[in-house]
Amino acid sequence: MAPLSDSELAQRALRVREHCIRMATDGGCFLGASLSCVDLIVHLYARVLTFDPARPDAGDRDVLLLSKGHDVPALYGTFAEMGVIEPGRLANHLSPDDHIYWHPNRAVPGIEFHSGSLGHLLSVAIGVALDIKLRDGGQKVVVILGDGECNEGSVWEGALVAAAHRLDNLIAVVDRNRFQANIETEQLVPLDPLAEKFRAFGWWADTCDGHDFGDLDRVFDATDEPRDRPAVVVAETVRGKGLPSIEARADRWFCNFTHEEIAQLLRELRGGGGSDLTSEPLVVR
Amino acid sequence: MTYEDHLFDLCQRDDRLVVMTAENRAAIRGLPDRLGDRFVDTGIAEMTLVGAAAGLALRGRVPVVHALATFLTLRAYEFVRTDVGIAGLPVKLVGYVPGFLSEANGPTHQAIEDIGVMRQIPGMRVFAPSCNDELLAGLGDVLADPHPWYIRFNDKPARVEHTDGFAIGRAETLRDGDEIALLVHGTLVGQAVAAAEELERAGRSVRVVNLRTLPPLDIAAVLAAARETALVVTVEDHLNTGGLLSQVCELLVREQTAAEVLPLGLDTWFRPALLADILRYEGFTAEAIADRVMTRWHARKATHA
Repeated sequence: MAPLSDSELAQRALRVREHCIRMATDGGCFLGASLSCVDLIVHLYARVLTFDPARPDAGDRDVLLLSKGHDVPALYGTFAEMGVIEPGRLANHLSPDDHIYWHPNRAVPGIEFHSGSLGHLLSVAIGVALDIKLRDGGQKVVVILGDGECNEGSVWEGALVAAAHRLDNLIAVVDRNRFQANIETEQLVPLDPLAEKFRAFGWWADTCDGHDFGDLDRVFDATDEPRDRPAVVVAETVRGKGLPSIEARADRWFCNFTHEEIAQLLRELRGGGGSDLTSEPLVVR
Repeated sequence: MTYEDHLFDLCQRDDRLVVMTAENRAAIRGLPDRLGDRFVDTGIAEMTLVGAAAGLALRGRVPVVHALATFLTLRAYEFVRTDVGIAGLPVKLVGYVPGFLSEANGPTHQAIEDIGVMRQIPGMRVFAPSCNDELLAGLGDVLADPHPWYIRFNDKPARVEHTDGFAIGRAETLRDGDEIALLVHGTLVGQAVAAAEELERAGRSVRVVNLRTLPPLDIAAVLAAARETALVVTVEDHLNTGGLLSQVCELLVREQTAAEVLPLGLDTWFRPALLADILRYEGFTAEAIADRVMTRWHARKATHA
């Protein structure tokens, strides 16, 4: 299969965003956090990870772990577009008869591990990376962390341990949308300068624009250079990216819109003007 | 044979096994050299230790994870529950110095709720060996079992002879009797048997049942003790909530079986000291156990007279 061009990637990302928006009703989902990492996830599966959509559990695949978890609509949307799962299955969102809910469940093909409790999957990724090394495998493990998640001590404990074991097959990507749940990161527990913190912990680190496929190419190409340490990519992103009505808003983390609002947001995504959102902003947590 | 030698043998026979620790190497000091990359030390980082064990298990490994019991079961609890428990991964957690074996470390190091918190995780099993012999006798079965396990590590010399071969979920009856049943696990098995001998000298007929795994509890053995004796005594270096007493009482209620139960366990942290002094201070020497049982027996007879 020919590699996707930047414009084809952008089209795929647009369709993934549509899937995410359609999940933000009848119970809703964490839309803001999902939209910030859509471009990242679409790019990773198209250009970084060795992954066969027809064989999501193939032994030679690279492994992607979604640590913050509540951004899983972006991953399900990507899987639907890649053919890992049937797109129609997304309509089962929140149904007790399927496993598609607010956090990942590995009963869904392509999902490597459940998450949602923050600060867990860097350590799980360390275990996977250690197993690959024991087998002399060449696969890599990519773990996507939320920036607010980096409040958790276990992230930094794992960062020390991964560096100590020189896990050069491990890449952490921080979805740096600059929001905790409902508060800007720098107003609560400041994280800047985040890349430098990881460097001080013994990691290779770089920063990029998490919505620019060219810049994502540049940074992930750089992670392919020989290293003797784990790598972190701090991807600068915008919460709610693609929907100016909710972009960078502290109160649009979890969203449960009316069907009319969903129709407006889908038009807005395609450049059809702003949305008139009257649903109560939800503050969760 | 030592725990280390036996574990090494098992590792040689099964290349899924990976030995891990949070820099608690006392019982496995030679394994880094003997196992090479199959020995992983995360340093003093119990959360990462357990999360990484889950990651290894996700890939088909069987990690045998060593740390101090209280930090493994409590510091890392949510990692055990969420990463090992929800996924039902075959991670084997080996907790050092559980219960009275923490001796003079003090309450920070006293794992006296470890069985209780571990058994709250669906699918988790608990092995509480009474000595090195029993630890080695059960280790192979526990590592081969597909469930996650918590092993209440105890490599002290045997104080009683174990004649009953190990089987998961099967208790060992160390003495038979039909008036009083001492139900016990782990470190206090030797004291319980010696207490039974004292009670026999005082004319009582005493059964001693060693509950080696809890859960799975030997339901038949506990129900038989309740039905066939007049007084059931639980003896444990664990809080009276969550451990043996809780499991016995839950079973009796579920089975609608009435029994008179004397709990000999802990209601709070114990006095830090060397083991022999702890047993004396807290009332768990053979003599103290026998005295407490006899006191109850006499009070009981007075009530029933």
